[in-house]
Amino acid sequence: MIEARQLGKVFNDKKRGEVRAVDSISFTCRPGEIYGLLGANGAGKTTTLRMLATILSPTSGGATVAGYDVVREPTQVRAHIGFLSTATALYDRLTAEETVEYFGRLQGLDSATISRRMSELFKALDMEEFRDRRCAKLSTGMKQKVSIARTLVHDPPVMIFDEPTNGLDVMAARAITDFIRECRNQNKTVIFSTHVMSEVEKLCDRIGVIHKGQLCAEGTLDELRARYRSDNLEEVFVAISGDGR
Amino acid sequence: MNLNNALIVFRKELRDMLRDKRTIRSMIIIPVVAFPLLFTIIGWAATKFSGEASKEASAVMVHGGDDSPKVMDALRAYGAIRILPYQSDARQEVADKTIRALVEIPDGFDASLSDGHSRQVAIGYFEGDIKSELAKDKLQKFFDDYRDNIARQALAARGLPASLLEPFKVDSQNIAPPSKVGAAIFGGWIPYMIIILCFTGAMYPAMDLTAGEKERGTMETILTSPVARTDLVIGKFLMVVLASVVTAILSMTSMGLSFAWSKRSFLSGSDIQMSIDPSAVLAVIFLLLPLAVLFAAVLLAVALIAKSYREAQTYVSPLVFVVILPAIIGAMPGIELNWKTALIPILNTSLVSKDVIEGNYHWGLMAAVFGMTCVYAAIGIAAAVRMFNREEVLFRV
Repeated sequence: MIEARQLGKVFNDKKRGEVRAVDSISFTCRPGEIYGLLGANGAGKTTTLRMLATILSPTSGGATVAGYDVVREPTQVRAHIGFLSTATALYDRLTAEETVEYFGRLQGLDSATISRRMSELFKALDMEEFRDRRCAKLSTGMKQKVSIARTLVHDPPVMIFDEPTNGLDVMAARAITDFIRECRNQNKTVIFSTHVMSEVEKLCDRIGVIHKGQLCAEGTLDELRARYRSDNLEEVFVAISGDGR
Repeated sequence: MNLNNALIVFRKELRDMLRDKRTIRSMIIIPVVAFPLLFTIIGWAATKFSGEASKEASAVMVHGGDDSPKVMDALRAYGAIRILPYQSDARQEVADKTIRALVEIPDGFDASLSDGHSRQVAIGYFEGDIKSELAKDKLQKFFDDYRDNIARQALAARGLPASLLEPFKVDSQNIAPPSKVGAAIFGGWIPYMIIILCFTGAMYPAMDLTAGEKERGTMETILTSPVARTDLVIGKFLMVVLASVVTAILSMTSMGLSFAWSKRSFLSGSDIQMSIDPSAVLAVIFLLLPLAVLFAAVLLAVALIAKSYREAQTYVSPLVFVVILPAIIGAMPGIELNWKTALIPILNTSLVSKDVIEGNYHWGLMAAVFGMTCVYAAIGIAAAVRMFNREEVLFRV
């Protein structure tokens, strides 16, 4: 469960002064549901997700993730989320196995649990063959699997994906979307951000359209289509965010 | 702070570093290979060139002396110099190093010796040029001996004892233990080298573990794990301290061994003893620990500001001068440890190490220096922790 309440973030930029990156956003995503945060580049998606992951702290409002407050209990929040984005890279000089083990240890898992989780994950993700290879020597697809295993080692109830398919080829992107669906099937709470309409249409149970830091519209795909009288999500998106920007 | 998490981070960073060829190069290969090589080359060059310089018969020009055949004959017979025909630009030739020295013998020199008039012989040389100074010393010795001889003959002619020439002797002798003499001569430079090595040993890992992580995108990954930022910085910090101390110890060991070896092969005739008490070395390492901590903390805090490894280098390189300056002042002769200099970071450690190497243990001052450096180190760690908790630093774009 994720609940954002008037979540806001103001950056102080030397050139531009105060920048309101996220402006009082409120939304809820429930277990077994995929919530899509749709917005153009710079709309505030990444900042929102980083606040939910407690990498950034909000300047106003707040949020609870898996029942923990992002401001007061950041460590607990991070222990109950899996965060994946194309920006979260792997350590080149660690092997796949060492990477997953390291993050398992940082999650406070004991050795027995780590090795049990590793054998489960490596089997499920078909990683046995390259578990002893260093990350630098892995293909993009293999690296992705290591990243997935890294986010799942502590079996978190909440998954946060920040533009996870950005810059990936069709097959790799497809593996990620399959993985996101699998998370929903396991009754995890899933939130993911994207600017790709087709991903939203395929995956999301509910959608929040974010524009200039504000949540402009929210609902299921059908609700949004009905409200903006268009079958095409792109048209809906333009209608919501296209206020002459 | 959760020490367990900090140690998990430390162990991972250690494994990561040991697999990095660049670390191995800067931490192990350079000190272990460079110092023996350096000492061998310097030792060889010093022996070869100083040997050649003292063996060479110095080329000298003599002005005047045409009416003084006695002194001229003696000079020509003096094997340590070689007399070239006088040219009018002799002064210039000394400056150009084409000849080593110029001797000016006044008119009627021989005659004045018998009539009892004191005359002046002038030696022109190039101060600071070793070969020219060597020629000057030889000429000085020649004329001193020549003068003594004449005086002795004059005394003998009057039936007086030669001891009149030297009513008493002065004998100055070194009474400090030879090991302290060696330490006084070289002792200042040992802490200087170690301090620089401590710093450079910390530089590369500090940049790699901060700006390098940002650049490679692993910083964001680690920040989404439950490890607290304080534990993260402590883990990294332990790694940097370790790298710094290992680099310094390896370099020192390598330096010590190569010095011992080059001394045996090249300086065997020298009476300067360069043996340093092993317990002094241990004491120096101990005194240096808080300084390594200070270096690690400051380097982490500064390098974290950078977005990339390259940018970090531009911030860290000027710091080298900040470290070298007090270290070099501490190595200079005449600067001594007192209650005031004990307050200045780096300089105080440099001075106290110099004292310890010379065998002087001023316990009060040593405690003060150690304590002060610990205070500075604590401030440095606090600064590094603060930096890691500032999101505008972690996510600088």
